[in-house]
Amino acid sequence: MFLINCPFCGEREQSEFKAGGEAHIVRPKQPTELSDDEWAEYLFMRKNIKGVQFERWNHVHGCRKWFNMVRDTSNDQIKAVYKMGEKPPVK
Amino acid sequence: MSNNLRFKTSKFIDETYRVSFKFNNKTYFGFKGDTLASALLANGIHLVGRSFKYHRPRGIMTSGSEEPNAIIQLHDNSSRTEPNVRATEVEIYEGLVASSQNCWPSVNFDIGGINNLLSPILPAGFYYKTFMWPASFWEKYEYFIRKSAGLGKSPKVADPDIYEHKYIHCDVLVIGAGISGIMAAKMAAKNGFKTLLVDEKSYLGGSSIYDNSEFSKINNQITSSWLEKEINEISKLENLEIKTRTSVAAFHGYNFLLARENLTDHLPINQRENKVRQRLLKIRAKKVITATGSIERPLIFDNNDRPGIMLSSAIKRYIDLYGVACGENNILFTNNDTAYETAMSLIQRGIKINAIIDNREQIDSKISYEVEKNNIKIYKGYTVVDTYGYRRINKISIMKLSKDGQTVIGDKTKLNCDCLGVSGGWTPAVHLFTQSGGKLKFREEDQVFIPNVYPSDQISIGSCNGDFGLEEIIKNTLSSIKKFLDIDNSEYKTVETISGLNQSKRNIWLLPSDKSIGKTKSFVDYQNDATAKDIKLALREGFRSIEHVKRYTTTGMGTDQGKLGNMHALGIISETAGTKMGEHGTTTFRPPYTPLTFGTIVGRNVGEFFDIFRRTPIHDWHVANNAEFENVGQWKRAWYYPKDNENMHQAVQRESKAARDSAGILDASTLGKIDIQGTDASEFLNRVYTNAWSKLAIGKCRYGLMLNEDGMVYDDGVTTRLGENHYIMTTTTGGAANVLGKLEDYLQTEWPELDVYLSSVTDHFATISVCGPNSKKIVSKVVPDLDLSDEKFPHMSFKNSKIDNIKCRIMRISFTGEHSYEINIQANFGKSVWEKCMEAGKDFNITPYGTETMHLLRAEKGFIIVGQDTDATLTPIDLQMDWIVSKKKYDFIGKRSLYRSDTIREDRKQLVGLLTENPEEVLEEGAQIVADIKKSPIEMLGHVTSSYYSPNLKKSIALGVVKGGKNMLGQKLIIPMENKNINVTVADPVFLDKEGERLNAKL
Repeated sequence: MFLINCPFCGEREQSEFKAGGEAHIVRPKQPTELSDDEWAEYLFMRKNIKGVQFERWNHVHGCRKWFNMVRDTSNDQIKAVYKMGEKPPVK
Repeated sequence: MSNNLRFKTSKFIDETYRVSFKFNNKTYFGFKGDTLASALLANGIHLVGRSFKYHRPRGIMTSGSEEPNAIIQLHDNSSRTEPNVRATEVEIYEGLVASSQNCWPSVNFDIGGINNLLSPILPAGFYYKTFMWPASFWEKYEYFIRKSAGLGKSPKVADPDIYEHKYIHCDVLVIGAGISGIMAAKMAAKNGFKTLLVDEKSYLGGSSIYDNSEFSKINNQITSSWLEKEINEISKLENLEIKTRTSVAAFHGYNFLLARENLTDHLPINQRENKVRQRLLKIRAKKVITATGSIERPLIFDNNDRPGIMLSSAIKRYIDLYGVACGENNILFTNNDTAYETAMSLIQRGIKINAIIDNREQIDSKISYEVEKNNIKIYKGYTVVDTYGYRRINKISIMKLSKDGQTVIGDKTKLNCDCLGVSGGWTPAVHLFTQSGGKLKFREEDQVFIPNVYPSDQISIGSCNGDFGLEEIIKNTLSSIKKFLDIDNSEYKTVETISGLNQSKRNIWLLPSDKSIGKTKSFVDYQNDATAKDIKLALREGFRSIEHVKRYTTTGMGTDQGKLGNMHALGIISETAGTKMGEHGTTTFRPPYTPLTFGTIVGRNVGEFFDIFRRTPIHDWHVANNAEFENVGQWKRAWYYPKDNENMHQAVQRESKAARDSAGILDASTLGKIDIQGTDASEFLNRVYTNAWSKLAIGKCRYGLMLNEDGMVYDDGVTTRLGENHYIMTTTTGGAANVLGKLEDYLQTEWPELDVYLSSVTDHFATISVCGPNSKKIVSKVVPDLDLSDEKFPHMSFKNSKIDNIKCRIMRISFTGEHSYEINIQANFGKSVWEKCMEAGKDFNITPYGTETMHLLRAEKGFIIVGQDTDATLTPIDLQMDWIVSKKKYDFIGKRSLYRSDTIREDRKQLVGLLTENPEEVLEEGAQIVADIKKSPIEMLGHVTSSYYSPNLKKSIALGVVKGGKNMLGQKLIIPMENKNINVTVADPVFLDKEGERLNAKL
């Protein structure tokens, strides 16, 4: 079980958190102008990488804040956590 | 069998404290400090069980948690019964009752033993190969196979014991209290680390604590004396917590470990009342030191499983620790020096050793010379080729090994014995290390897997790290712990060791025999009866992956997870396939290391805490008034209120009729309520609901539909504008938490610029809905100050008011199609206001109704229930709710998806009403809907989502989803059931009062 360093609360058990899928997928500002394919790309297509992945997490049983996490899915090492809207501190 | 197998030399046994216990219905005696295994051995009992497949007699093989054979049932037929317990781990207590498993009628005479004779036709994969055809017969086979398979019996009644979970946070966790674990714990604790030391045994010191041999010394003291002083010292350290009888079950990522602490299992039953039996420790350690030691390997030869054949180290432990001789005429069979330690222990007590069979040609160690000096015959370069004796070993035959160890040569010699100790060297216990994600490497010299890459802040020390010699263990423990903890002071000045042992070993995975492999039974996995022959067969049949061979032969799949024989299985595979050991890797080590009880896993989450539920503030009233409840999410909701032995149907018919004829009252407190505030609250609602919200006046309510981004209906509810920047949203009961989560998600991540704040206020209010033609009269009595005229308080509006000086919010909204009010008041006053309403409604036959009637009433009106009539595949258009989707709004969640090529298809499933040809016939919810019954295969058009008998319409009504249903009004369809086909007509989903006359009636 991970020990996650919530950017607002500090280190907490993974059981307090909920994973929210791939990070940095921005909702299109003008959906009406997108083709079906472009909209489908936003809606359905997600990466599932073996290696370094950018993810959204929510401290759902804590401060309820969403934040981003960089995790290596091959060994579950958490490389960084950072607030929504911030640039990832690692590549 | 002589009576005296007990030697009065052990300080671990309290011989003044005699303990009586029962094994297979016979009473025996042991002493305090004994395990069940040591007490049985002291009584001359080796045969304790039957093997899984061939029902061969099996005896006690080991002295620890790795035991594959001595698996017994404790307290059979009692509430505390426990199956598959290792006799080697059970500490005896007065009144212990144990019995053998997997045998009938008794362990001495077991009918299943016939399987042993049938074994030539029971090869690996026998069940897969035989019982798969004809497939239809499987159900018949299964009954008999299940009956004859299986180990112990599961308990039939509730467990009376208490279990609990506990979190532990520490700087350093040390697993295993042998020499290296004790040293590591001392170094950590003395250097200021908050340290926890755990060991699965009841005592500290591991196998060194009873090592009184002159051949291994530390600082010129006998190992056990040196270690005792160390233990004495660490037991006083403030920084160190020590837990014995604590077995680490799992080592997860981020140094999170689960351990089972056994608190009462060693106590007589009558001393266990009101005590916690076992505790699941959830340990989060900054650093983990694994010192789990190693497990002695058996040797693989023909008939290597008879009772009386034991690990050599176990024989040593039984004599040194428990003072019990396992046999009176012993033979040791080894490929390394450790068996000579056992020999010395036996010699010291004058127990006869008939011979030592050693695979090695050359043996060059002080201890072996000492053994030879005692006139013990050592057969060098020999191997055991067979054993004899059915219920107990009585003979072995040996032959000389060829130079390459692949064949046997010369004559066969037979030797008598009643106990054969085997030692095939040692396997590091790397189970926990690999569970944590660690990667192993294979060390060719002595054919062991040892830790290589650590995935977290942890280290393995001692023999679980492949250090077997005393000097190596101490030297490496000191240096690696210093480095690992980054400390200067090791707490140890000089540690001098003397060892009479040599580390040489002649490793032969499968010992050769004079018989062909097909005629031998050389057990690799004792518990699952997997033999070397089975493994070779699997390879011949084309299995290559170790994981596949494991499953095909069931090697390592018993409750012991093959702690003894897995390495041999790997060795035999690599030898047979001609590959390198290291390349195969190992099978996956999975938690738990030793089996956990269900009690430990669930802890306190039993009974009413198993699945906690939520009660509304009015719950007690419902209980007092005979309500039946249904679970909605975590809530207990009143389902219906049966009167005078009514069944559900009768109660619901009565309640539904009363609600439309006069007045009904419903506890709607479970609806989710989200308080929304902020200058952008209106804009926010515009974005999350499909309809327009900007123009909703203060004091007005509006129904809203929420979609997922994929256009499918997600939730619905009425939202009320309380003020300029203040709304209260209601959600479905089950969807409340998810809706709040979803809204928070959008606010925090997509629209952080919006000034909006959300709070869940579901629990803060009790919600009482009063409906029906007399609702207005009732509410006017309860809230006399409020003007309820249609002009002042029209449908879909809201008023702040007071009941007995308590503030409340009253909405005129309706989920039944009747004139109706929702009173929201502070939860604490919910029950009294409900009672007030009941009192006020007495003259109007006010009738409490539950969720079932609510569902019926709304179905009459064609109102959907999200999650019942929808299933995340329906858009508002599919639900024929086009009216609620704003054409003007530029965007809202899910809007773009409403005109994807898939969502605009005409033949999507759409919500329709269904009327049965026979108005008395009520459809089954979930039933399939078809058009053409003759077509093959029959095309399924959809299914029934809601179905009721309406007492108000006096006919059966149903809602369903049907492909292209929107354009099928009036069309006849068929619902095929098991015994009949029901004819239905597609109808408007609004069955009652489409014009809304009841809602707007002047009352």
